[in-house]
Amino acid sequence: MSALVEVEDLHVTFGDVQAVRGISFAVEPGECVAIVGESGSGKSVTARTLVGLAGPGAEVRAAALTLDGRDARGFAERDWRRVRGGFAGLVLQDALVSLDPLRSIGAEIGEVLREHQVDGEVVRLLADVHVPEPERRAKQYPHQLSGGLRQRALIASAIAASPPLLIADEPTTALDVTVQARILGLLGELKEAGRTLLLISHDLAVVAKLADRVLVMKDGQIVESGTAGMLRAGARHPYTKQLVAAAELHPRAATKRPSTGVVAEVRGFRKDYGRHTVARDVDLTVHRGEIVGLVGESGSGKTTVAHALFGLVEPTAGEITFEDGPWSGVPERRRRPRRRKLQLISQDPLSSFDPRWTVRRIVGEATGTPLPFLERVGLTADVLDRYPRQLSGGQRQRVAIARAIAPRPSLIVCDEPVSALDVSVQAQVLGLLAGIRAEDGTALLFISHDLAVIRHLADRVLVMKDGAVVEEGPVERVFAAPEHEYTRALLAAAPTLEVAAP
Amino acid sequence: MRAVLRRAGSGLIVLWAAATAAYLALLAAPGDTVDSIIGDGADTPLIRSQIIQEWGLDRPAVVQYLDYLWRAAHGDLGRSYLLQRPVRDVIGEQLTPTLELAVAAAALGVLIALVLAVTTRRAWARRTSSTTELVLVSTPPFLIGIVLLSVFSFRFGWFPVSGDRGVAALILPAVTLALPIAGVLTQVLRDGLDRALSEPFAVTARSRGLAENAVLIRHALRHALLPAVTLTGWLFGVLLGGAVIVEQVFGRPGLGQVTLAAVNSKDMPVVLAVVVLSAFVYVLINTLADVVYLAIDPRLRRS
Amino acid sequence: MTLALERPVVLRPRRPGVAAASVFLAVALLAALWPGLLAADPLAADPFHVLEAPSAAHWFGTDQLGRDVFDRVVHGARHSLAIGLAAVGIAVFAGVLLGLLAGLSHRFADEALSRSFDALSAFPLLLLALLFIAITGPGSVSLVVAIGLATLPTYARVIRTQTFVVRRAGYVTEAVAFGASRARLVLRHVLPNVLGPLPILAMIGLGEAILAAAGLSFLGMGPQPPSPEWGAMISEGRGYLRIAWWASVLPGMAVTLTVISLTVAGRYLQRRFEGRA
Repeated sequence: MSALVEVEDLHVTFGDVQAVRGISFAVEPGECVAIVGESGSGKSVTARTLVGLAGPGAEVRAAALTLDGRDARGFAERDWRRVRGGFAGLVLQDALVSLDPLRSIGAEIGEVLREHQVDGEVVRLLADVHVPEPERRAKQYPHQLSGGLRQRALIASAIAASPPLLIADEPTTALDVTVQARILGLLGELKEAGRTLLLISHDLAVVAKLADRVLVMKDGQIVESGTAGMLRAGARHPYTKQLVAAAELHPRAATKRPSTGVVAEVRGFRKDYGRHTVARDVDLTVHRGEIVGLVGESGSGKTTVAHALFGLVEPTAGEITFEDGPWSGVPERRRRPRRRKLQLISQDPLSSFDPRWTVRRIVGEATGTPLPFLERVGLTADVLDRYPRQLSGGQRQRVAIARAIAPRPSLIVCDEPVSALDVSVQAQVLGLLAGIRAEDGTALLFISHDLAVIRHLADRVLVMKDGAVVEEGPVERVFAAPEHEYTRALLAAAPTLEVAAP
Repeated sequence: MRAVLRRAGSGLIVLWAAATAAYLALLAAPGDTVDSIIGDGADTPLIRSQIIQEWGLDRPAVVQYLDYLWRAAHGDLGRSYLLQRPVRDVIGEQLTPTLELAVAAAALGVLIALVLAVTTRRAWARRTSSTTELVLVSTPPFLIGIVLLSVFSFRFGWFPVSGDRGVAALILPAVTLALPIAGVLTQVLRDGLDRALSEPFAVTARSRGLAENAVLIRHALRHALLPAVTLTGWLFGVLLGGAVIVEQVFGRPGLGQVTLAAVNSKDMPVVLAVVVLSAFVYVLINTLADVVYLAIDPRLRRS
Repeated sequence: MTLALERPVVLRPRRPGVAAASVFLAVALLAALWPGLLAADPLAADPFHVLEAPSAAHWFGTDQLGRDVFDRVVHGARHSLAIGLAAVGIAVFAGVLLGLLAGLSHRFADEALSRSFDALSAFPLLLLALLFIAITGPGSVSLVVAIGLATLPTYARVIRTQTFVVRRAGYVTEAVAFGASRARLVLRHVLPNVLGPLPILAMIGLGEAILAAAGLSFLGMGPQPPSPEWGAMISEGRGYLRIAWWASVLPGMAVTLTVISLTVAGRYLQRRFEGRA
């Protein structure tokens, strides 16, 4: 049986930018191949090149580009249109924007059926991907569906014309961990049913369970390939090692006992918006020098707790103390003197900097001498006069950290600080945060949806669901022996390399 | 449905505020109210007492204001002193030619914009088209009218120089009014198309095997229409303001001529009526536009 | 992962266009400030040279009274630019004040202000101006106030929205972390970020104001003859269109070129600004 896809020495360039630089691979029928790499590695471009959608201005060269036994190098637009949807279906990251928001999902799926003149029923297709109440859902619009259902609808539209190959580009990245597990389950089902899969992801763990083979891409080249297990056991390329390290639930490096004394305390916190309760009965204590992890999926109320602790949200009930004084229910005037002791690092540092300010001024706002703090977070003097926009994601987060540590705070609230970063940068930023705790004795409240990150960094962890804390305890205990059913579900859903190990 | 009602409600508030503002403008005019109502008209004690009686100027200000609102709400817009006739009749008989002009121009402008935005996707066509749009948008409409007039009526004699008889007399005025509208709308639509085509859903649509034109018409165009719909109110203002000028250039009868004559002779009841009427139509059209917006964009509908 | 999604950066600043626009604006400004430098007396009539076609002696020809059209166009720059600038000045000043007020105040005041912006924009610009002129009589001052009033809601709305965006921006939220007071937040973060795009908006708005002023002057509502105002010149020359197109079309070109230059330069600056900030 010949390969479904055969690529040899593929180059894709956009003007001066070489996105893909001479890669070769093949995908056999019924196989699941994953391409893993960070942003800018060329993995998405590769996937899109296979359906002739490399993008405007792209120049594609290859020694061989064979799809289903046909040479695609000379394909005219008409040939490509038959390939798209007919030979290969494409699933993109976030269905909220990848499905036309102005059309019902039924219309979107029906479009594929009409275009390829295949018989099929929208409702059947939705039922096939386990969308409940398919008749009703078909009439709904993407924004009316949950993230998981949307993604299922998007998958249904991609497989509507029964293409032998399904290309999924970061199909679960925008989803919560438990939803992600279910979508991966659905992709697994499709593979069982004989469909060939090409998965694109930045996260090795996500694809580990499904993929027969993993290709690791970096800077437009394939640096290593093999099964997930093989990569885990013996990665040779340094980048693969980083990917493996990031994907494993690494045990904590060293445990430093937190010193005594409470820096912040939340008691009986409750927040209502109208009739809607977003958090209730939350108790949370942060000791001096302690790292507390707060885990939960979107809508669990973890951000509300962080905002309340930061004084942006007034509790409906309950009280918050910080630095031996009341923090909630007092006028901002009385909080202001203690403000410098409490800092925030957010997921998106770009929005947390005034766009007109240079790094010098941003960090200078917190301290008269920005340079030592920048050097401490691994930056050099040459970033001083740059604007936030001119920095990379990792550099921005370092600037945010420098600004946060400059006033010598006793507590830093970190709201998903590494979620937007590439794997290799993530590890560095986490190391930096751990170092700051160790050296300054600063306590951290670390909010994340990523269990691996929490396990790596935190001393104690709180698990939130639907606005309430369902489990709390030392990290080792919670991860080794979770008591609450939801914690167990979270841990089970979290993709790991260990599962894939033979 | 509730959203529509809410919008209609806020439209009423805007209308009330607009009518009040117009009324206040009249009161704020320097000098006696009777003077500003008379304007350059005949000023005799008889007319003065007539005005005071008709406008009820001897009553308290609040009562006068409420009376004005009450009458305006019932379509009674007062009497023209220049023409000695009810304003409603004066406006009523001049409404048709202006309406014809406005509708023809709006339809033509929208049509040109749609065709241009969709067909000029290639780089060179796009550059030519957007340069032309810039020139059209930046040229005073009366200049466009004058140029069209001198070329097509004077030089070639294809169209009548003035008047409102027949379709031929409508063509040049409608084109004059439509061109600047088309210029703006094309820019907005093209921008919207560009934005929509660079969204992930356009990639998904292409990945289904749709032809580029199908992606453009079936998916991107609806998105591009949204910002254009919000311009409806602006469009109405341009049409009405433009009609005043175009009617002047082409010597067409209509609301614009009535308004200009009224302004020149300070026939305040007529001016006030035209202004309040235009605010009314503006609010009406904007409310309609909101409904259209809701019809296009399901995200704003509350189920 | 978005590499293929992003459109290639089409370099469209069209530098030659921007350069030409800047040169033209500089000339227009010069004409407005020192018209005598570029042209002779705009009112000097010459009954022996009436409606002459453009020539070396009269670059733009002469009008029905034998006045040099070029001289009149140059002197007209002062009227048009002054009216436009004053109108935009009124609109921007009042718009910023009211917009900030709406953006920073609480729901009720914001709602009231926003509705009044709506009410004001319910009048088409030209009709509002005509209403105003019907009360106060024609002239430059009427034009300025009327156009300023009519375009005020545009600026007020932009400023209001911008204020909302900035108020909710992460950097304002987080400035609280350094114990910034409300006044300090508004002064250091909100105001500069809100006002940033304003000069550019005003520049594009100036084009619209000039266009509106020309339209009203054309209708005889602006500076009265024999003042060399562009709109009025077009109106005067209109009667001689068949035999002397230059008397109306060339002043019209001056309006068009000014507005195009303002738009081109304004958009260019806008792109630059957005690229940086």
